[in-house]
Amino acid sequence: MSEEKWTVNFVVYRKKGDGEPHYQTFTLEVSPDEYVIDGVERIWAFHDRSLVFAHACHHSTCGACGMRVNGVEKLTCITRIRDVTKNGGTLRIEPLRNFPVISDLVVDMSRLYVGMDKVHAPAVHPLSLAPLEGEGIKPPRDVPMDGGKEYLRLADCIECGLCISACPVAGTAEEYLGPAVLAAAQLQGLKRAPDLAEVVDCVDGVWRCHSAYECTAVCPSNVDPGWRIMDLRRQVLAQRIKRWFGGA
Amino acid sequence: MSQFHAIVIGAGFTGVAIAHDLALRGFRVTVVERGPIANGTSGRTHGLLHSGARYAVNDQESAIECIQENQILRLIVPDAIEPNGGLFIAVDESDLEYREKFIQGCEECKIPIRELTPKEALRIEPNLNPKLLTAFTVPDGTFDPLRLALAFAATAKSNGAVFHLYTDVVDLLTDGQGNIKGVKVWNRANDKRFEIEGDIVVNATGAWVGQITSMAGIRVPIAPTPGVMVAYDKRLTQRAINRLNKPGDGDIVLPQRRMMVVGTTSFSIEDPDYVPVLPDHVALMIERGSELIPALRQTKERGAYMATRPLIGSGAPGRSISRTFKAYDHKETDNIEGLVTITGGKATTLRLMAEKTVDLVCKKLGVNVPCTTAETPLISYRKFYVD
Ligand SMILES: Cc1cc2nc3c(=O)[nH]c(=O)nc-3n(C[C@H](O)[C@H](O)[C@H](O)COP(=O)(O)OP(=O)(O)OC[C@H]3O[C@@H](n4cnc5c(N)ncnc54)[C@H](O)[C@@H]3O)c2cc1C
Ligand code: SF4
Ligand code: FES
Repeated sequence: MSEEKWTVNFVVYRKKGDGEPHYQTFTLEVSPDEYVIDGVERIWAFHDRSLVFAHACHHSTCGACGMRVNGVEKLTCITRIRDVTKNGGTLRIEPLRNFPVISDLVVDMSRLYVGMDKVHAPAVHPLSLAPLEGEGIKPPRDVPMDGGKEYLRLADCIECGLCISACPVAGTAEEYLGPAVLAAAQLQGLKRAPDLAEVVDCVDGVWRCHSAYECTAVCPSNVDPGWRIMDLRRQVLAQRIKRWFGGA
Repeated sequence: MSQFHAIVIGAGFTGVAIAHDLALRGFRVTVVERGPIANGTSGRTHGLLHSGARYAVNDQESAIECIQENQILRLIVPDAIEPNGGLFIAVDESDLEYREKFIQGCEECKIPIRELTPKEALRIEPNLNPKLLTAFTVPDGTFDPLRLALAFAATAKSNGAVFHLYTDVVDLLTDGQGNIKGVKVWNRANDKRFEIEGDIVVNATGAWVGQITSMAGIRVPIAPTPGVMVAYDKRLTQRAINRLNKPGDGDIVLPQRRMMVVGTTSFSIEDPDYVPVLPDHVALMIERGSELIPALRQTKERGAYMATRPLIGSGAPGRSISRTFKAYDHKETDNIEGLVTITGGKATTLRLMAEKTVDLVCKKLGVNVPCTTAETPLISYRKFYVD
């Protein structure tokens, strides 16, 4: 990190109870290599103790700190100030869209959790279910696995809700399962989990998606939901065809 | 079953585990937390489910607690744990000198270890320093900090506990004689202020316990002592990698999803409310981490953060229910009834800390219900948000 100092105007969305939402500006001296959440936390610590915001891990593993930064969905704990504004510039900080606002920068994401539960999205799963293309390590091949069992991994999806906020369809269709949920179904695969077909093969499932790929653009955690929704459609069709030709 | 009302301040690991234990033992429970769940030290840990091996030489009481709790947590909250295992590796002569003590310590604490030849170690973890001299497998794991805390909170909630998030405790209510009978709070989400009365207040605010006790005019000798951690943008090992030596700076490199996290350091501060991530500590992490995994040098930084331990001052008064964490019954230490403070410990030992604290609360109130948290599987963390 350099000794460089920038002055940045944080324009922050504020809302309390039934009160009218408004924006409030806080001018902060920051290091450009700090992360956006550091600035937000400093506003709370030194300028305004009434600010409400969510965060926990500060290193992109918990999914709590999603916000819209200058109109784009970001995990604020891994978004460097240098990458989203300039010295003397502005950072417009707003809560995620397509979820009800609880207060200021915090939204109620129960819509996402209900969906994840509906498709029984595992939080920990065998390594072979983790999409490793391109990135990360491969399971060691020549080593006996954990007592004959496969290695387990924490799922890639951190349930941050960025994809739902960015999705142009999720805003108008409240019942739409949304990208993260459909991706979780695709990851399990309809072959392994045929019961999921019922949940995802419906208007508010795979067929609601307009292939905008905004979800994939904002996903911070290697899930690529846009691609997975398209693949899930193929799986759904394959299963239907199998059924027509005398399957169960 | 008791119908006593317990108020827990703080929803970090300590607070949520206490809320869960109290609810299981039949208490009416209210949790007051000024942020979301685990926004303090708990969210910002490494995420190492300790096997105890780190403490097997210098602090065997901690080591034994860790290995026992490690095994319990794997059973009751598998949703939040990646059972990926760990290695202790020696990369220089001083590490190698620690080998004998390490083997003996782990044996005394019943921590299962197995020595690997350098070749074997490099085969299972090709990114380790190729100069490594020896390696031991240990039953470490990686936990997901938020979901570990949420699983306890969700289960507490399903047993009736009420959570007030984004709600600061701004003062304590007293009975006129200085005894504590509740809390004054400020809900920042709707800007409402109100009071909550209870039979006992449990102060589980970690590095902030002193701010709460000072509301009752009590000083506790807790020094906030933060440490820095850095996350790198690529997963380079399957297992948690520890340096085979006595605990020091930057000697844990933990895989977390697709990242590696290196930590940590230690320095003192006055006010834990905001702690800067010091650039020289960040530089030290890459220095130390790459001694274990050289490829870290070619890996991009993804995040840098800090968390604050509540270091317990030496000669601290108060009854030590365990040497590894501290619970004060302020009736005994300060002649103030109605307030218990708990601090210290580790994420790995959260359940045990809660058991000991709730034992103390039960004894004070004459409640005779045993702890069952070690045998009670937790419900899905998602149920915290969805009833
Ligand atoms: C750098 C570092 C790395 C660590 N890594 C590991 C690890 O890898 N493995 C491991 O097992 N352990 C680890 N630990 C230890 C572990 O993180 C801590 O023991 C644990 O998080 C402490 O939890 P707590 O609930 O006591 O404190 P906190 O999590 O800090 O909880 C206190 C809560 O009180 C709230 N609060 C404060 N004031 C008020 C108020 N006035 N009103 C309402 N609420 C309030 C705060 O918002 C906070 O949420 C690490 C610790 C540090 C410092
Ligand atoms: S799919 Fe990606 S963006 Fe959507 S919730 Fe999961 S991690 Fe977040
Ligand atoms: S705070 Fe956990 S993902 Fe950002």
